[in-house]
Amino acid sequence: MKLVIVGHVDHGKSTLVGRLMADTDSLPTGKLDFVKDICDQQGKTFEFAFLLDALEEEQEQGITIDTSQIFFKTKKRPYVIIDAPGHKEFLKNMVTGAANAEAALLLIDAYEGVQEQSRRHGYLLRLLGMKQVAVVVNKMDLVKHDPEVFYKIKSEYTNFLESMGVTAREYIPVSAKLGENIAHRSENMTWYQGPTVLEMLDQFEDKLPEVNLPFRLPLQDVYKFDERRILAGRVESGTAKIGDEVIFAPSNKKGIIKSIEAWSVENKPQTIEASQSVGITLTEQIFVERGNIATLASDPPIVTTTFDANVFWMGKKHLQRGESYLIKLTTQNVECEVLRFNKAIDASTLETLPDQDFIAKNDVAELTLRTRQPIALDLFTSIPETGRFVLVDDYDVCGGGIITGFTPLSEIDRYRDEARYRDSHWIQSAVTPEMRAYRYGHRAAMILITGKSGAGKASLAGKLEEKLFHQNFQSYLLDGRNIKVGLGADMDQEQYFSDGEAVRRFGEVAKLFIDAGHVVISTSNAFNQEDHSNISLLIEPAPIVEVQVTSDKFPKGKPDMILTLDEAAEHESAVQKILDYLKDKKILTGHNYSI
Amino acid sequence: MDHLNELENQSIYILREAYKNFKNLAMLWSIGKDSTVLLWLARKAFFGHCPIPLVHIDTSYKIPKMIEYRDRYAQEWGLNLVVGQNKKALAEGMNHEKGRIVCCEALKTQGLSQVMEQEGYTGLILGIRRDEEGTRAKERYFSPRDKNFEWNFKDQPPELWDQFKTTFAEGTHIRIHPLLHWTELNVWEYIEKEKIPIIDLYFANEEGRRYRSLGCAPCTGSIESKASNVREIIEELKDTTSSERSGRAQDQEDTYAMQKLRARGYM
Repeated sequence: MKLVIVGHVDHGKSTLVGRLMADTDSLPTGKLDFVKDICDQQGKTFEFAFLLDALEEEQEQGITIDTSQIFFKTKKRPYVIIDAPGHKEFLKNMVTGAANAEAALLLIDAYEGVQEQSRRHGYLLRLLGMKQVAVVVNKMDLVKHDPEVFYKIKSEYTNFLESMGVTAREYIPVSAKLGENIAHRSENMTWYQGPTVLEMLDQFEDKLPEVNLPFRLPLQDVYKFDERRILAGRVESGTAKIGDEVIFAPSNKKGIIKSIEAWSVENKPQTIEASQSVGITLTEQIFVERGNIATLASDPPIVTTTFDANVFWMGKKHLQRGESYLIKLTTQNVECEVLRFNKAIDASTLETLPDQDFIAKNDVAELTLRTRQPIALDLFTSIPETGRFVLVDDYDVCGGGIITGFTPLSEIDRYRDEARYRDSHWIQSAVTPEMRAYRYGHRAAMILITGKSGAGKASLAGKLEEKLFHQNFQSYLLDGRNIKVGLGADMDQEQYFSDGEAVRRFGEVAKLFIDAGHVVISTSNAFNQEDHSNISLLIEPAPIVEVQVTSDKFPKGKPDMILTLDEAAEHESAVQKILDYLKDKKILTGHNYSI
Repeated sequence: MDHLNELENQSIYILREAYKNFKNLAMLWSIGKDSTVLLWLARKAFFGHCPIPLVHIDTSYKIPKMIEYRDRYAQEWGLNLVVGQNKKALAEGMNHEKGRIVCCEALKTQGLSQVMEQEGYTGLILGIRRDEEGTRAKERYFSPRDKNFEWNFKDQPPELWDQFKTTFAEGTHIRIHPLLHWTELNVWEYIEKEKIPIIDLYFANEEGRRYRSLGCAPCTGSIESKASNVREIIEELKDTTSSERSGRAQDQEDTYAMQKLRARGYM
């Protein structure tokens, strides 16, 4: 079992850990003497805390600066203790420790009472989803083992935890230094009838994999090391088996599990379940990549761009509106921004910071985030693994959060429903997509040339259409303006562009060309990133290839290919590059002249 | 699910994250039990393949059997093996008599640094474990090193919910530690379960001695033991209270030997 010990600086975490190790005979031979020798060399009195502080700096300052892990065992089971630092400066280390633990001991000094970090750590434990917490009131020897002191702290901290809806499993009065109520019962505190620390630890329950929750398999990667095309990832919750139809979120692509791959096992597995790192193959080759989550139709995840979260912040710069951050949720990486701060909170007092449009390091907030592209998620209370995320600022993980609510994106839902309805009622032609692909020498696809106006997109698109045509491919340049003057003639311009109708009509026309097996080329300036993903929803499973013409250092979104303005102006070579890319992606497969 | 499965699943997840996020990756193979288990896990993660090159730092003082073992399995398992050696230091006569820490730093740390530069690796996968010694207990799964190879253990990235630091400033390189959460006993239990062929230096010889940790011949001591197979090693470890690296002379050189070595890029 993985345990974390948290609490205010100097409340005795390292001493407790040292004591636990010594009292369970978990120290290697010679380690105690080795540390005692160092103390002698440096002229210090031996303390149990020194056993852990293997780093020079820590002993000089007398504080734990980083999370370290120590192993010990009781008769019941082995433990890993994560010793998390209590100093405010090292909050990110505390979070690292606590996020990886199954149970927590929160230490409070009987003499000093409840302090700033006692509250902050309590709040963070809740935010990190920690359900098993026991409060250890340490240094009882300094207050003459007085039950009054213990009960006062217990009552104060219980009120604090209850205000957040958390209940501690137990409050235990101890002296880690003297070894009282750690492994052995204290003779000085006969008024306490509850468990010792070790007895408490043995009562905590092991975290079991979430096999009974809905199935979620976020893809890490797709491997083609041999003839197999393996989708690899870790099952975060639920179970699935060979023959199940999986739906990938947020792309909405579908496939049937053909096999479950494994190396060096006697029998190939037939099922997969939560916590396993697995690989599956599908009966049909569909294009899915890292970031998609495989789910079952019975329990789909939420797909949205706008959601509420409780966030803690560890960055040097403030978390604020108007800045762009990277959100990492399972294997999805998406740009996002803070839409609004609903409540900024000082985590040491739990007081609301009024009218504050940012939070500083070590504070927390209830806020609403918006992502650039749709993201698949669950509420933290339904599936913890897909209901939490971290925020990256520049190169660093600076914050983390849990999802508490979401705004359904009506537009996305609308397109998805439309595509679903249309696809299930579509009259299939006797000429299949495969037959068309074989005849034409290419799969149906859409090539979207994007970039700022004046970048030379239209002339490049025209050349591309021409070149493909001369090579006997079915190419068609679909101009958004042509759709507007004809199909869009029933609406005025403002209305046409404002409620997504332009995107819908364009997407549906493109879908028809795709169904006819064409390579559709488009350049429309009228569409933004969000529109692209909506168009993609309407024409899938056909691929969209985005070619962005830009000389900016950071392109917008995630184009498949980037051409600088100069490169795009050289039509011959630019078109060739696009053709090479299409060949590489097996969109252009070449004609079979034996027909 | 049993504990070994849990450890295996977590390590495979980390290996796959590493492979997806870093272009020029290499994996250090010291021929010892830990990095051999790591290699086995990579073959599990990538379904029988090891798409990551393996680097062995040959100090020239390694126990000869280790080289035989290395070459045999490199061929048998179709591995892409890259051997690094600090030839300049060896030509100038570097050995442990010049000081163990000096020697480790020249032949291992510098040897590694040279091969990384030469091959352009920006990420290195290592089989270190938290239970080995104090400084390793503080490591992260994804642990950045600056351009001078140095480890800033006072300012490490947070690591939560298996979201690792995968974006970096220019010039940083990354160490990845998929076995960090394993113990020595876990490693042997896994070797037994998976029937991984392990070098026989770990098994007791006729004189009743075996190696518990492998390194250079002059600086690695054997221990007294009757354990002649994996099962017996597991039984022996369940009762021992002496530490795994007690046979490694460089650790005992001074109080903070390992911290000093590791802050400057030692494994």
